[in-house]
Amino acid sequence: MVYTLTPAADLHSDVEDVARLLTADGERITDHELDPWVTDVGPEQLRALYRDMVLLRRIDSEGMALQRQGQVGLWAPCQGQEATQIGSARALRTDDFAFPSYRETGVVYARGAEPEGFLRAWRGEAHSSYDPNELGTAIPQIIIAAQTLHAVGYAMGIQRDGTDQAVATWFGDGATSQGDLNEAMVFAASYNAPVVFVCTNNQWAISEPVGVQAKAPIAGRAPGYGIPSMRVDGNDVLAVTAAMRWALDHARTGKGPAFIEAVTYRMGPHTTSDDPTRYRGKDEVEYWRSRDPLARVEAYLRAQDEFGDAFAAQVAKDADDLGAAVRAACLQMTTAPAISILDNVYAEPHTGLEEEKAWFGAYLDGFEEAAL
Amino acid sequence: MTDLTMVKAINEGLRRAMRDDDKVLVMGEDIGRLGGVFRVTDGLLDEFGAQRIVDTPLAESGIMGTAVGLAYRGYRPVVEIQFDGFVYPAFDQIVSNVAKLHYRSQGAVKMPITIRIPWAGGVGAAEHHSESPEAYFVHTSGLRVVAVSNPQDAYVVLRQAIACDDPVVFFEPKRLYHTKGAVNLDTDLADAAPMGLARIARPGTDVTLLTYGAQVATAMDAAIAAEDEGTSIEVIDLRSLSPVDYKTVTASVRKTGRVIVTHEAAREAGVGAELIASVTERCFNYLESAPVRVTGWDIPYPPAKLEKHHVPDLDRILDAVDRVLDRPNSLTGVEL
Ligand SMILES: Cc1ncc(C[n+]2csc(CCOP(=O)(O)OP(=O)(O)O)c2C)c(N)n1
Repeated sequence: MVYTLTPAADLHSDVEDVARLLTADGERITDHELDPWVTDVGPEQLRALYRDMVLLRRIDSEGMALQRQGQVGLWAPCQGQEATQIGSARALRTDDFAFPSYRETGVVYARGAEPEGFLRAWRGEAHSSYDPNELGTAIPQIIIAAQTLHAVGYAMGIQRDGTDQAVATWFGDGATSQGDLNEAMVFAASYNAPVVFVCTNNQWAISEPVGVQAKAPIAGRAPGYGIPSMRVDGNDVLAVTAAMRWALDHARTGKGPAFIEAVTYRMGPHTTSDDPTRYRGKDEVEYWRSRDPLARVEAYLRAQDEFGDAFAAQVAKDADDLGAAVRAACLQMTTAPAISILDNVYAEPHTGLEEEKAWFGAYLDGFEEAAL
Repeated sequence: MTDLTMVKAINEGLRRAMRDDDKVLVMGEDIGRLGGVFRVTDGLLDEFGAQRIVDTPLAESGIMGTAVGLAYRGYRPVVEIQFDGFVYPAFDQIVSNVAKLHYRSQGAVKMPITIRIPWAGGVGAAEHHSESPEAYFVHTSGLRVVAVSNPQDAYVVLRQAIACDDPVVFFEPKRLYHTKGAVNLDTDLADAAPMGLARIARPGTDVTLLTYGAQVATAMDAAIAAEDEGTSIEVIDLRSLSPVDYKTVTASVRKTGRVIVTHEAAREAGVGAELIASVTERCFNYLESAPVRVTGWDIPYPPAKLEKHHVPDLDRILDAVDRVLDRPNSLTGVEL
């Protein structure tokens, strides 16, 4: 069992008891449990992870800006959580399946979403932005922790199909208080389901600090279910990659579920409707700014002479291009016709709804005639 | 045709659905070795094995939520909720995910989940074992809700529910579990009445009596008793509560001009309220008198020794018949 943690006095400030491979200053350190999982990750792969994180940050800042401009209704920012999202999602295989919550823009990105796939739902054009079967990614979940059960059920399906695929599900520290996560861990352990639980402990559930959800490090709960766990530095993309590879391998090879607590921080508000200055201080935010997940990779690569100007310029250009594409996709979106709100409630004809649709259609037609 | 209890008819329905489609699996508490607390799944574990007859941990949201994940993966889970009163812990998964995922995903994700609920009272059970929660589900768009009243329907409608690409809440009246009836196990699903269709259980001309589930038997008794008094009652077994077959219902009301609804669920905002509102909207000019509801009282289900005062019986239905026919009765003069 891989299990890194000691009881913490104060969960909110005791965030150093984590496994890591890159310090906040970009120094590569060893961790006997994590190191074996990333022996193949050289500068080139690290640059790719860095580029992913930069692009994700750009998608996120575009989302924030578009909300401020009234182009999307709401946005749940993930700045600060890039290493957790990219490190975990990039470790998946294409044929694995992901069950994210609303904040995992990085998972949706890593699974291959097109520019409009980040925005359509937040803009309010539809409840989902992409086809889950195409991305191998469930539509994001807003009911806290509900998706963790879906992930376990999907993993039970994989077991019945006899493949070596795996499932991952993401949820916050607040979600760990929900009954559904408890039930998901019970089911996963009982059936030895190939599922990886990724708890993004970003310290806050809207305004509630993690200490309201837990009195001991969250990773410590999993062993109680018989599920091995790891508490990693969620701002260290290399450590998250290693932990996720370990966990996925565990699931894939028939050893059952695994649990990762990624200790990180949400730099922005909970959503664009939130005012974090009411519940947290500047010092805390500054402390976490100094642990930026992108900066430490850059520092490490620079020290190795692996972060050249050409690379930096290319990444900056890629981010600009993606940012422009995201904006354009948002501004070019068209709204579906009114009658379509009655579509897809049922997969098969339902006479009650068909009647309503006929009525609403006739009502709408009346307007069109009047306009002629 | 074979004479079977409803329990056995459902058991056969499950067995044949599982033989026909290896994506069908059954999950729930105690459904394996024990065969379920009502023995509805008796013998299925031996035939299909533990991968398809899944004894689950004791966690209703867990059962429902993992069924969602299995449906994502292309399976067709049939979930057994042990008793009506225990569906509430699963309610969030049902209304937020089971019912909505097809809509939320613009049709990309299907949720062909059948939720079997041993349902309602009249069997002298302990608290939380006799509830009628159907209105909660009827009110939830995206679900289909059916309630069966005899072994043949139980067998056919269950198989239709499992084959349906939508989630179906399937109510099984406990009180009729051991009543026998003729079942044609070779019924061709393609020829059977579609799942949403109501059944005219007894034709009549004076009053339309709408009901479903175990109340169908009580309504039939009332219709026979009324016949003795010279009143002809048309009993309609709705079978489907979402959608309701208003074609059959309105044709009957236009013929009789009088309508009564009976169910054992509480009255306030119940299925009866919806039925009467809809019938009134559609048939106002045909109505000879105000529609009447005969329901359980607006109380938590009472203790077993008193339940007979809650579940509407033949006399309460006949009392309503007098009212819609404007005859003097026990309630004449009571300001409602
Ligand atoms: C069941 C449920 N209750 C309440 C909410 C409202 N809500 C949305 S996000 C949130 C906080 C979640 O915190 P956490 O799980 O830590 O995730 P984070 O937002 O920090 O990523 C709450 C209370 C919800 N979406 N679902």
